[in-house]
Amino acid sequence: MKTFNYHSSKDVKEATKLASSNSAFLAGGMTTLPSMKLGLASYKDIIDIKRIKKLSGIKVSGKTVTIGAITKHAEVAHSKEVKKAISSLSSLAEGIGDPQVRNKGTIGGSIANNDPSADYPSACIALNAIIHTNSRKVSADKFFTGMFETSLKKGELIEAVEFQIPEKSCYQKYPNPASRYAIVGVYVAKYKSGVNAGVTGAKSCVYNDKNIADALSKNFSSSALDNIKISSSGMNSDIHASAEYRANMVKIFAKKAVDAC
Amino acid sequence: MASLVGSRVERKEDKKLLTGRGKYTADVTFAHQTYAYFVRSPHARAQIKNVDTSKAEKASGVVAVLTGKDIVNDKIGGLIAGWRIKSEDGSDMKVPAHPPLASDSVNYVGDHVAVVIAESLDEARNAAELVKVDYKILKAVVKTDKAMNSENIYKDIPKNLCFDWLLGDRAKTQEAFDKADKIIKIDLINNRLIPNAMEPRAANADYNPSTEEITLYTTSQNPHLARIIISAFNGVAPENKLRVIAPDVGGGFGSKIYPYAEEVVCSWASKKIERPVKWVGDRTESFLSDCHGRDHVTHAELAVKNDGTFLGFKNETIANLGAYASVFGTVTPTYLFGPCATGVYKMPAAYSNVKAVFTNTAPVDAYRGAGRPEATYTIETLVEKAARELGMDPAEIRMKNFPTEFPFQQTLVHSVDSGDYNAGLKKAMEVGDYKGFAERKKESESKGKLRGVGFCSYFEACGIAPSAVVMSLGCGIGLWESAEVRFNPTGNVTVFTGSHSHGQGHDTTFAQIAADRLGVPIENIEISHGDTDKGPFGYGTYGSRSLTVGGTAIVKACDKIVAKGKKVAAKMLEVNESDVEFKDGEFIVAKSNQKKTIGEVAFACYLPGTYGEVKSPLPEGEEPGLKETSFFDPGNFSFPAGSHICEVEVDPDTGNTEVVKYTAVDDFGTIINPLIVEGQVHGGLAQGIGQALYENCHYDDTGQLVTASYMDYTMPRADNFPEFNLGFTCTPATSNPLGTKGCGEAGAIAAPPAVMNAVMNAVGTEVSMPATAEKVWKACQKMNKSNSKAA
Amino acid sequence: MKKVNLEVNGKKVSKEVADHTVLSVFLREVLNLTGTHVGCDTSQCGACVVHVDGKSIKSCTALAADLDGSKVTTIEGLVTNGKMHPMQEAFKKQHGLQCGFCTPGMVMSAIDLLNHKKNPTDKEIRDWLEGNICRCTGYQNIVAAVKEAASKM
Repeated sequence: MKTFNYHSSKDVKEATKLASSNSAFLAGGMTTLPSMKLGLASYKDIIDIKRIKKLSGIKVSGKTVTIGAITKHAEVAHSKEVKKAISSLSSLAEGIGDPQVRNKGTIGGSIANNDPSADYPSACIALNAIIHTNSRKVSADKFFTGMFETSLKKGELIEAVEFQIPEKSCYQKYPNPASRYAIVGVYVAKYKSGVNAGVTGAKSCVYNDKNIADALSKNFSSSALDNIKISSSGMNSDIHASAEYRANMVKIFAKKAVDAC
Repeated sequence: MASLVGSRVERKEDKKLLTGRGKYTADVTFAHQTYAYFVRSPHARAQIKNVDTSKAEKASGVVAVLTGKDIVNDKIGGLIAGWRIKSEDGSDMKVPAHPPLASDSVNYVGDHVAVVIAESLDEARNAAELVKVDYKILKAVVKTDKAMNSENIYKDIPKNLCFDWLLGDRAKTQEAFDKADKIIKIDLINNRLIPNAMEPRAANADYNPSTEEITLYTTSQNPHLARIIISAFNGVAPENKLRVIAPDVGGGFGSKIYPYAEEVVCSWASKKIERPVKWVGDRTESFLSDCHGRDHVTHAELAVKNDGTFLGFKNETIANLGAYASVFGTVTPTYLFGPCATGVYKMPAAYSNVKAVFTNTAPVDAYRGAGRPEATYTIETLVEKAARELGMDPAEIRMKNFPTEFPFQQTLVHSVDSGDYNAGLKKAMEVGDYKGFAERKKESESKGKLRGVGFCSYFEACGIAPSAVVMSLGCGIGLWESAEVRFNPTGNVTVFTGSHSHGQGHDTTFAQIAADRLGVPIENIEISHGDTDKGPFGYGTYGSRSLTVGGTAIVKACDKIVAKGKKVAAKMLEVNESDVEFKDGEFIVAKSNQKKTIGEVAFACYLPGTYGEVKSPLPEGEEPGLKETSFFDPGNFSFPAGSHICEVEVDPDTGNTEVVKYTAVDDFGTIINPLIVEGQVHGGLAQGIGQALYENCHYDDTGQLVTASYMDYTMPRADNFPEFNLGFTCTPATSNPLGTKGCGEAGAIAAPPAVMNAVMNAVGTEVSMPATAEKVWKACQKMNKSNSKAA
Repeated sequence: MKKVNLEVNGKKVSKEVADHTVLSVFLREVLNLTGTHVGCDTSQCGACVVHVDGKSIKSCTALAADLDGSKVTTIEGLVTNGKMHPMQEAFKKQHGLQCGFCTPGMVMSAIDLLNHKKNPTDKEIRDWLEGNICRCTGYQNIVAAVKEAASKM
């Protein structure tokens, strides 16, 4: 990889001050480092935020679970508090990548990267997440804006993600056999106010599938999805799965998720 | 002394590999080391108009930038095709020039254009970006089945056709077809695979200007072959000035049998700059430039009688060679494929026609099984289809057509010395509880899953190979193997073999053989391989040949040691040689308690004379020393065989297919080390199941490799497999004194048809490899539709 | 350049390295600990797995500078007084390795599993090894080795 200046920041202010149009924040580095190694990305400055204590940790209140940006997937997976409050979220974390990725990769990194087939973005959509940055709070539906794109501004840093605890929820995915990222992943969450269906892998960006969400809001059972049609238009198509197949998988995995709630 | 042959001896080589003390090529760094980075073609097909290296030469740390022009100026020869195939019309195959660095044209993405050598890898890589290559991009020829109807890649090779080869008799086969009750037809694609040994290829060449000798460390299954090619064909250095060392090698599976451009270039460049030059491929380079495997498009037909008797077989195949004819690229789809195409059956008439084509893709060469998996997939899916169409049980139709007498003259080439195919299939049905399948299918159905069972009975020709036979068929080398057994004066033993171990466990298996033969404890025997300066010339490891050919050479050399030892012992014991017997490491005088151990005899051989108490007479005319060499050229191939039964479970909603039960019963002849043999079967199965369900090399229409990383090329992982059930039958080979047949390729040969037959049995319609979830899902949808129509 | 202080296999090391040096390069090129292997560019093969502060990570995807102050254990660090770790012994006994290239990462990953879970099932072992690719063994004897080690550790 191309060389860069490595900075390790102790606090958010220092980190954001170092940021420029040619820098990247480094948390787990599970995407940033491979991209740099393959020559797909290069930066003048790498700003390591892993030593910023404020960004780490899990807090559960009556209605929400708040996870610090540099909290590792393994920590979320093994957290008793998360398991108790939103067990589907710890299961999701347990299923990200492989054990070594989970030992290093972070929730903030995953969300900031917004890979179209990453798991966490679907949780954010389904669980009405609010993303806390150093300068604002933004709801998940306004945060994820496109393929590998978010509403984060240059130098803006995710501090934590706050999830709303649902009545019931479940995440089910069909992994790409090669990369093990989701070909399709559906996160279903039921609230008093209605149901969300966060879908990852299917389109260029995570989204809340309104057809599924509406049907389940009326009747929270997998049979409620029997007659809905998922259109393949706008769905990803690649060597692993066609748009048509993905459309079918969205429905199948939504049903699986409901059944497993 | 208990025999070690047949026992589960733990591997001698393991401790170093388990403790991080192995030494792979990438681990070797010399003083004054330089690092090479290759500039590769980003285009599948282009003319090179100009290569401007001026900026790169001035970059930080750069020692040299070399291009195809330098190759031409230095008269460095091209990479070679090792096997000449003649077309049906008698004409020679047509092959393009394959320079180690291209000067006029590039013909696949990853083709070598220039090399940058610098003080560090980072500097070499950064400078490589400054090499400006001016390309005129041409339309790429990518698809196997379209190659003959595309633009000519090379102007003197019409239709991109390397050869149009025939084995067998078309007229006689047609006669058989004319008598058939039914003709079963099939169209298949044998999916292209990328070998993916876990250790990427690497080379480190160190030229010593004072001795003019190059020492080349390289990731090779076959260092002697690398030396002779780099010396005699590429003309880099005379053979006596080129030492090739293949140290620990992290897997090969065929992809490291022969030298590539990188080894040639590093050796040549080291000589030019008079410093060591190291290249370590990254995984992307491996994907792009390692030779790939398989890639056949086949139409085959089987003529049958209504009672299931086979009458004839036709096979028309187009084989993709990639951009150049690689060393074993031309033999893989011909003599390694055609003769096995009729499978384990009595087949009165058959032919195989293979058209080999060039495309703008990486060269295709041997990959585990090489030709035999393609042959077995064809016949075994065809046989299963015949069973379906005739309403017969898949085991019954196979048994009906198995030969029962051996030697069995197989239809197209081979005389199979030994086997018992019925016993193998029966045992597989027992071990795999075929009777219980119906019950298991019900269980699966109760969970909403489809369950299918698939068979494969295979044989393969390996133990490669009788030299006279293969040379008469176009092979440019002999395929015997060498061994040197050297007693050291203090009685321990070093065995040199021309074969090479890169996971197969020769250090252990070969030591077991020598220990038994010489009566020396296994701890006192070292196996030495992988260094052309140690031990005699040999032909390396591939084609399940090492034990059968190389192991036999060890046996023969041991026997020579014992023969000489008898003479010396007789002299020491002052008896006639005919009175001396050798048993368990001792030379014993019959009907007496007089004896000498082989260690004492060895010592005497090295110290012939009298010195105080030591009296070591040598018989008159005997030379001192105790070291013998043998070159073994087998009289025939060896023919492992077996029957595998696979059960899969399919989720019709997603198409996800899981192998839930897999039974392999193989006949490898005599087994020296069951622990190692089982491991070889497991590994072969993983690759075979990988081909059937997961792996696929995909180029897009412009010749870009889409599956160029583990993000897109599906490598099977631990959670893709059930625990395999293994069983063995044994009919010893008669063509070598060990009775061994070879075991390395069996799993990769047998598994693809067993798995695919199970998938097709589950879903009820044809599915092509790899049976990805989407393909299987579509097949299920199609069957649902046709079932509901029928209802 | 960055000064990196680490404890590697129980020994303190302090080296000045380029900022972009990843741990696998630091171990192999700077410390000559070549037991840690590199088999891919996309953090998937797992041949490079080592332990950092007791947890398995992929050393090809971690900056040495970023780990300043950590304790690193590599395959070379498992042998104590000339005796192999029970996991290494089990791999030998069960023939859990062939070419040996993936083995160091496989062993380090498997030890991390047993640190979490004393007696994993076959499925748990296979799932855990998702991040380690082996091309030789078909994984069966690796699973057997991990089970064997679990019974000894």
